[in-house]
Formats: sequence, C-alpha cells, structure tokens
Amino acid sequence: MLKQIEGSHAVAEAVALCRPEVICAYPISPQTHIVEALGEMVKSGALAPCEFVNVESEFAAMSVAIGASAAGARSYTATASQGLLFMVEAVYNAAGLGLPIVMTVANRAIGAPINIWNDHSDSMSQRDCGWIQLFAETNQEAIDLHIQAFRLAEELSVPAMVCMDGFILTHAYERLELPSQEQVDRYLPPFEPRQVLDPAQPVTIGAMVGPEAFTEVRYLAHAKQLQALDLVPALARDFKSVFGRDSGGLVRPYRMEDADIAVIALGSVLGTIKDTVDEMREDGVKIGALGITTFRPFPLKEVRDALARVRLYVVVEKSLAIGIGGIVATDVRMALAGRLHLRGYTVIAGLGGRAITKASLRRALSAAIAGRLERLHFLDLNREIVDQVLAHEKEVRRSGPIAEAVLRNVGVVGAKIL
Amino acid sequence: MFQIRIHGRGGQGVVTAAEMLSIAAFLEGRFAQAFPSFGSERTGAPVVAYCRIDDKDIRLREPILEPDALIIQDPTLLHQVDVFSGLHADGYVLINTSRSFAELGIAELAARYHVQRLCTVPATELAVKHLGRPVPNMPLLGAFAAISGVFSLASVLKAIEQRFKGTLAQGNIAAATAAYEAARRSSEAVHA
Repeated sequence: MLKQIEGSHAVAEAVALCRPEVICAYPISPQTHIVEALGEMVKSGALAPCEFVNVESEFAAMSVAIGASAAGARSYTATASQGLLFMVEAVYNAAGLGLPIVMTVANRAIGAPINIWNDHSDSMSQRDCGWIQLFAETNQEAIDLHIQAFRLAEELSVPAMVCMDGFILTHAYERLELPSQEQVDRYLPPFEPRQVLDPAQPVTIGAMVGPEAFTEVRYLAHAKQLQALDLVPALARDFKSVFGRDSGGLVRPYRMEDADIAVIALGSVLGTIKDTVDEMREDGVKIGALGITTFRPFPLKEVRDALARVRLYVVVEKSLAIGIGGIVATDVRMALAGRLHLRGYTVIAGLGGRAITKASLRRALSAAIAGRLERLHFLDLNREIVDQVLAHEKEVRRSGPIAEAVLRNVGVVGAKIL
Repeated sequence: MFQIRIHGRGGQGVVTAAEMLSIAAFLEGRFAQAFPSFGSERTGAPVVAYCRIDDKDIRLREPILEPDALIIQDPTLLHQVDVFSGLHADGYVLINTSRSFAELGIAELAARYHVQRLCTVPATELAVKHLGRPVPNMPLLGAFAAISGVFSLASVLKAIEQRFKGTLAQGNIAAATAAYEAARRSSEAVHA
C-alpha cells in the first residue's frame, strides 16, 4: 500500500510484518521513533505474539537480544551513535555466537564533541565485528532491507545491521510502498534456528575456545560472510519476484555503462550524487555512480568489475579514520589492487550532519577531474578557521578546548540557512 | 520541482507543517519529501523545515537553498534569521502576522517580489479563535493553498483529518478554512 509516512514509522511497520518475537531497545536519537512505534504496536496487540522489553541501557538491549535469540526467538533492536558504542562488547558476542539478530542503526556521529546529527562513524566503528552491514539509500530500501535482513541473518545464523541515515532518512516523510503481511510471509519463513537453548537437547552456546580452535571458529565466521556474497544477490532476486521491485543486492551502479569517472558512496547521499551525475552528464562529462549496499561482507569482485572501465574514481564517505583518511576508500582500494594507473580520491563529507550539496559535490568532482583535488579532501572544510586555531595553539600554551575555539570562530549559528 | 521552506520557532509545529504539506501533495498523487532541519528541538529556538513536491521520485537530500515559497510562522524571525536567502524572484511569501509588510519593516525587501505572491495572514489569531491554542501551522497551510494553488484546500483538510482526531481536527479544519478565505480576500484585493 502506498503511504506518505515517516521513515522511522515505515521501518517499524516493516519490522512488525517480519513477526519479531522479542524487541528490546533503549531510546536514543535518531532511532527512537522506530522502537516507540513498535512499542505501541505491541501494547495495542497489533503486533502479537511479541514481547517488548524496556531495558536500562544499550548494553542490556543487546544482551537481551542475545538471550532471546539463543532461546529461539526472532529478535530485533535498534540504536545509534553512543548507544552502539555502549553495546559493543555484546555486539561482538552476538556475532561470535552466530545469533541472527537484526538491528537498525540510525546512523549518527560519535562524540566528543557531542553531536546528534548524521554521519557513518557509528556503523563504521563496528565494520569488523562480524555483523552483516547493509546500507539503505532510500526509505523504501530501508524497509525492504529489513525484510531481507531477517532472512539473510537466519539463513546464515549471523546477525545483520541495517544502516540508515539518521534524520535524513529516519525523519523524512516520503511516499513509500508498504508491503502486505501476505507478501512478507511468503518471503520470510518462520525462524528455524541453527542452534537453540532447549532442555530436551542441551547444548552450550558460548563455550570457551582456546588456541587449538579459535582460528577455526573465526575462519568460519569469515566463511559465513563469504557465503553472504552469494546469498545477498539471490535474496534480492527472490525479493523482486515477491515484491516486484529492485532492492538490496551487493552494489548498485548508476549510469556506469560508458563512464570514465565513478563516484562511490553508501547511503542516502547517493540520491544527491545521482542528481549531480545527471547534471554533469548533461555537460558531457562521462560520469557514473556506484552505490555499495552491502558493506560487510565487502563485495571486492563486484566493486572491481563495476570500476573496470573507469580512469578516475572518487569515494565520498561520511566517516573518517583519523590518522589515515577514508574507511570505505581503503576497502575500495583493496578491490582495485594492481590497477596502478587508476586515479583515486577520497572525499570526507557530511561529518556530524554537515549538508552535502550538489554544488559542493560538483566543485570537488570537477577539481578531481582537473587533477586539482588533494587525494584526501574534506568537503567544505573551513580552512581559515582551522588555521586560526592551529596558529593560536602555536602561540599560546593553554590554548583551551578546541571545540570551543572553533565555535567561537564560526560565530552565531541559526542565523544562516546553511 | 516545487520547494517550500518553513521558518518558525520550536513549539509552533514547523516540522508538522512540512509533513502535512507533503501529505496534501501525496493525496493529489504527487511525490513529496518533507524533512526538518534537525536538532533544534528547544521551545522558542529558530526551526526550519522543508518540503519538496514533484511529479517524479525525489532523490535530492540537500536542504532547500533556493525555495519557490517561504512560509514564515513567526515574524520575529525576519530580523534574526536570513529567511529570504535564495528565494526565487517569482517566489511566494506567506507570513503569519496581522501586520503588513511595511509595518514589519520589510517593504523594501518585499518590493523585489511579485506583490500578488506576497501574503500575510493572522494565523495565530485564527488558531486561537477556532482551536483555542496558538499553533499557527494548519491555518498557514490553508492560506498557502489559496495563494500558491500547489494543492487544494480540500487536500489540506483531508490531511488534517488523517492526522488529528475529534475537536483537534475540527478546530484545525475551521482555522485552515478561515485562513484560506482570508488569503483569498487579500489576494483579490491586490488584483482589484
């Protein structure tokens, strides 16, 4: 059914259609609307049978999800930013134990400085923990990826994270196609766990493993992710046959057929990038875009194939590996190993919610094409303010807190539109 | 694509107004994207919300920098925030006030735009009268339907019925209708 609906509410409805049996969550912006809506559905009886567990922290949320999943319940939670960091020990355990929990991460920056706005730092901090990571480009895809995530996670017995841009997607009202219960039931079979705590057939979930077997257990976690590289496209094809639309998959090329130049990105910024690509195409630039939907496992072959004909690529990413540069860019470079003549640029953009505009993207892309861009570029960085702070630090020993100094130099916010 | 930027203060229903704009457009079979300028959730702080309307899927995710229309829910923002920033020369301006553009001290600025696309409506007063609460957002949507014709009053009223129940719905419908009529009268006066 077509609805004009907030992204968070649409995700809540999609999760409810997946018949979760245990939902546990702790509120944190910008994820809160999702679990609030699910809480209301459980309370009203619209979502049953399902237990909604209010927990005292994100660490507890993931711990409850682990317990519920080990007991054979389809389990779901959602978080963001500091909330994800607070549950990290349990996040690793969920993956290490192979429990197919599905979690929404409403992407938000990590402090300090405290910042509630969107970037990808939170999910990226957990890229190596063993969870599958899917990034939604639109709210429609966010809905669809949740449905696919339950099936993927349960088939492999691996937890899956659906990442959607906080505020930009979670708080946007848009026209969305909400699936029917009948469609979801046809696509997603009841949860049949590969391991379950059952007194009739006792097992240990979480046995201690020493050096004699740890590498093998870890290798098997890696092998599962490699299996996902085959399963993700298969599930996307199956999704299309039931729901009638393309959603999910490993990568999503846009106007790449004859492209010399590729822009690579994850999440909602792809929409603005595609509009920018269209405008540059009108001016005769042979440019295309590559969306990475599945970031873990990383689709090395698909990225390499999609970029086979380009001479220049620009990775636009909402995260920063402080001290080296791009995170996505590092993986893309891995996919392109051996192609020494390919020019690659990393553009760090949208940190802490800074708007990524077509005009700024176009400026950076044109500079890259002209060979004038630094290999690591910070989009719309106010160099003047940075230099002022650095100069002050050279002059004064007690130079004070950096965030305060930058804010003082920026001046009054709120008076300007951007 | 038609782009609307709404300026107001926390507590005035700015974000809801943008959402309701998008629902009114959706009800007419169009694509619409509404989103807030995130973060300022403090009562009284300047808030901006955006709505894009188009006949095809909207992919763009940047804030609206060059609006086709401005709705200003709080005239005290006029001298605090650069609300007119990027407004198209043939853009619409709707301000919640019982005063004129000259009385607001922006006659010179207003002279840059088409006079028949500028409108003031006492939306807060209409909301108090019909709803019993000083929330100007729904009457402003009624007035916006009148001046812009981007969607009909009927769609605004239908959106209100979907969102609100009982006396809240009735009060907002009465206030939106009254504002629609007030805006029509003032635009007829300009044309006459």
